[in-house]
Parts: sequence; structure tokens; C-alpha cells
Amino acid sequence: MKRRGDVLVFAENNDGKIHPVSYELLGKGRELADSLGVDLDAVLLGWRMENEAFELIYRGADKVFLYDHPSLEEFDVIRYTQNIVKMVRETKPDIFLVGATRIGRTLAPRIAAALRTGLTADCVDLKLDEEGNLVQVRPAFSGNIMAQIVTKTRPQMATVRYKVMKMLERDARREGEIIRMKVDVIEETGMRIIEKTHADEVEIAEADVIVSGGRGLKRPEDFSILEELASLLGGVVGSSRPLVDAGWISKDHQVGFSGNTVKPRVYIACGISGSPQHLFGMRDSDIIIAVNKDPTAPIFNVSDYGVVGDLYEFIPLLIREVKRLIGGGKR
Amino acid sequence: MSSIDQLNIIVLLKQVPDIEKVKFDFKTGRIDRSSAEAVINPFDLNALEAAVEIKEKVGARITVISMGPKTAEASLRDAIARGADEAILLTDKRFAGADTLATSYTLACAIRKVGSYDLVICGEKTIDGDTAQVGPEVAEFLGVPHVAYVEEIRKVKRDRILVKSKMGRNYYIIELKFPGLITVTKDVNTPRLPSLKDKIRSRRAEIIVWNADSLLDLADERCFGATGSPTTVAKVYVPKAERRKGKIFRGDLERAAKEIATVLREVHVIR
Repeated sequence: MKRRGDVLVFAENNDGKIHPVSYELLGKGRELADSLGVDLDAVLLGWRMENEAFELIYRGADKVFLYDHPSLEEFDVIRYTQNIVKMVRETKPDIFLVGATRIGRTLAPRIAAALRTGLTADCVDLKLDEEGNLVQVRPAFSGNIMAQIVTKTRPQMATVRYKVMKMLERDARREGEIIRMKVDVIEETGMRIIEKTHADEVEIAEADVIVSGGRGLKRPEDFSILEELASLLGGVVGSSRPLVDAGWISKDHQVGFSGNTVKPRVYIACGISGSPQHLFGMRDSDIIIAVNKDPTAPIFNVSDYGVVGDLYEFIPLLIREVKRLIGGGKR
Repeated sequence: MSSIDQLNIIVLLKQVPDIEKVKFDFKTGRIDRSSAEAVINPFDLNALEAAVEIKEKVGARITVISMGPKTAEASLRDAIARGADEAILLTDKRFAGADTLATSYTLACAIRKVGSYDLVICGEKTIDGDTAQVGPEVAEFLGVPHVAYVEEIRKVKRDRILVKSKMGRNYYIIELKFPGLITVTKDVNTPRLPSLKDKIRSRRAEIIVWNADSLLDLADERCFGATGSPTTVAKVYVPKAERRKGKIFRGDLERAAKEIATVLREVHVIR
């Protein structure tokens, strides 16, 4: 019988650190590889990335294909594509997963086109059918429906949304193999980074607590009320789409289908009615608290605690209570 | 400016249903395109505007290419009213049912047929497919470099462009040599509306129509449409809305605040 290929995960290198979405993919990839009885591999490109390569093993990889070279320190889509395509042609994985980040969505289509294989964008679930084919679940029609996609070519490629898969606990006793690959050094790619500056934006997807505002806010300045609560709880401010579209707050704060998917420990929705698009981005939060004047607002259907009332009354009260618990430390 | 110095820009454009109004056929998993007005994909308007701005600054000839049904001619006319010089519609039953790979292949073949180009500009993604894959796949088929998620065009020279893009946690200023491809976000510009005069002028404009046969000297027919598409939709369904049995507070907001604050302490977000 023909041996099935491995499951491969692209380990995204962000300034020398692995992007957490890659660990999430290793979590899912481990499950798929075990069901198929194959290895879970990761491919990592960068410069001086050996320690990070071990992290991939601690998070579930059996083998790490490491491309370590100064020319790969910064993401260059041509250099990354050529090295990965060559490796995929040699190792013939059955499944190849990439995080649906901007880097992943810049890179994966080029690899797929070079390999003439199918690629499914922005998946939120992955499973296997009876024959072991990858069933790729992705939202369609603005998140109102789900589509299951199958791929007849190999590898079956998918980009996967951040914060939907579960990463494994880090286990430093896990063993695996680091395979140092010979790097194809490409001097001239037609692209050159002239300047790089750190983007000073909120990383809302990584926040433990998110206090989000929606149409119930009356003025852009009123985000300051939500900011006060968020900072007391060590969290950040989020927003539904209309306020981002209106220019009240920047896009990096947007939660929902066309913004960020979030999974914080606590999500507090203030004056958000709960459109399907918004719910799509936050419904997997551990605890959801909603404040809305309208008792029929759909947000209450996904909430653990719902407050029917005016956010302008309730949030200051909540801030007072939170301050009391912080300040007094009374038990 | 003489035509030899003029840049040749290709803008890829898709006609999409107005996503706010369109109806969906849950049985077939397809959008009922007759249920809503068709428009130019909003992100592609930014791509076209970017091309027009370059044309105004340094001179360029803009060719728009779209793959779709015959009715997509309307969007191409709209593109001419907005400043495109030439419009090509790729339409054929053999192109139908294409996934992103087959679409990109077909578009890349058409770009090759157009011949010389310096820059291809695409919108970041389409609002109906929402994959953001076609731009980068076209770049790979053409064998040219690309920068995705371009938020700003800083400078355009005869042989290169300077763009700003955010990736990972950084902003990058990247110099891209021609020929190359960029995909642009909504932040890159604000598309202008065409004037009435331009709209009237565009009604008489010629739309070049190519079918599969027109591309055959450059293409493998088996790579078009559904035949050339490795991915298929196996099933479409409405996600089951899981509900949480939440506790609802009405009236006594003081009590609600106390209780919720206690919950926040229990889960250790109040420390």
C-alpha cells in the first residue's frame, strides 16, 4: 500500500519568535497525524532559530525542517516559497497547514500555485472523512453559513484562522528530530525592505479581557469609559464593525468576521446587539457578559451574564465595584 | 510623456453581488446572483483608484481584466468611467466553476496575452469569496514578486514602486521592482465617483471579450474552470447557533454590578 504523507505545519517566524497560531496548528495537526498514523512535521525558516525549533517539538512536532540562514531573517515571499516548495516536492506531505495571518495568506497561495494544488482560506475547523481526506470548514457569505471543502490534489492545503484551534501544553520532555536543511540562497528577489518599524497596535487576539463597544455608544469619546474598565481588568478595548467603519476607533480593535477572532477569558459587550458577523468573532470566549438596553438583542443568546440596561448607567457601577474589590482586597 | 515611458498597469477586477442584499440558496450552496445588484468588488475599486492615481502622477495605461459572465461588462464599463483605458472580459462556460487556483491561472494567462506590463494591482480580497488568494496566486503563475496588504503607495518610478505594508507586528516600506504585483487594502485611498461625462463616454467604450479559445496558445484548457479546480464544496450548512443559558439581570443594576464583579474576581481577572 502506498504510504500516506505526513501532516506539515508552517511555523511562522515573527521577529525571531514563533507566532502562536503555529502552535495551535501543531495542536490540531497532532490530532490529524495520530488519526492518520503519520508524522507531524513543521517547517521553520529564519536566522538563529534553533531554540524556536525545539519549541515546535515541545508543542507536538515529530520533525522540524529548519532553514537557518541570514537571508531568511526577514520574511521574503520569494525566498520562502522557493525553499518550501522544494521541500514539499521532496517530502510529499498529505496535509499542509498555514496560519491565516497576513504572512500566511501572502505565502500559502504562492506555494499552492507553484505546486498546482488546492488551498482553502481561513478555515475554522478541520476533520477527516472516512477515507482520511481533509474536510476543511470555512465560513462563507460573511460568516452566515459554513462550507465544507475537499481537495483532490496533494498536499491538501489550508490556511487556518488564529484563535480557533487549541495548542497543546508545552512539554519540554517531548522528543523529536531537527533536520537542518540546505538553504537555497536567492540574492535578488525583486523586493527589498527599505524600512521596518514596529506597529504600535493592540494585539486584541491575545488579550485576556476585552471590553467592546457597539452602536449603544453615543460618542467616540465614550470609549474612554470602556477603556477605564478594560485597564482595571488588565484588558483592551474592542469594537463592533460599525464604529470602526465610522472611524471612531482603529481597525485593530475590530472583533468579528471581518476583524479579529478573539477567545479571551472574559468578553464584555457593551451596547452591541450581536449581529451574526460579530458573534462569529467572539462566541468562543470563556465568559461573555453583555449589556444592552434591548432585552431581545441576540447577544444575550450567547451570554453567560446579561444585563438589560443602559451601559452608561451600568458600566460606571461595575467600575466602582471592580475598584472596590481591587482596592480593598476584601475577601 | 511618450508612450515608451508610460507604465502599463493591469488591474484585476471582479463583479460581485451586493453582499448586503444578496440571497443565498442553502440547498445548492450558491449565491443567487439574480437577487441583488452586481457591483465592482469594493476592494477592487481601491485597486483601480491606485492605478488612476499613478496614471495622474507619472502617466500610465490602465488595462482592467475581469473573469465572469457576460453581464460583468457593466462593471468593466464602470471601470472605464473611473479611468481605465482598456477593458477585457474573460467569459466562457469553460471558465465557470473555477476555484482560486483555476481563476488565478486563467487571469495569469490573460495577462500574458496582454503582453507587456509593469505592475498588476488587485484588491486585497473579494467580499464574496473572501479568500485573498487570487492576487498572490496570479503573481506565482506570472513568476513575479508581490507585496500583499499594501496600505500606502509612497513613490512610483519607471522601474519600481515603493509601498508600505503591515505584516506580523511591523510596518514595512518595501521597494518592488517591475514587473510585480501588489494587493491593496481599503486604507490605500478613497475611490472617487466617476463624473457624468465619463459615465456617458464609457457607454460607447469597446469591451474586449476573450473566451477560452482566445487563450489557448498560452494555456492548457484542462486548467480552466471546474476541471482545473482542485477544491470543491462538499457541503454547505447554517451553523447551529449554540446558546448559553445566561443569567439575565433586569432592573437592579447595582446588584448586577456586584455579582458580575464577584465573578470577575473568581476568574482572577480582578487581582
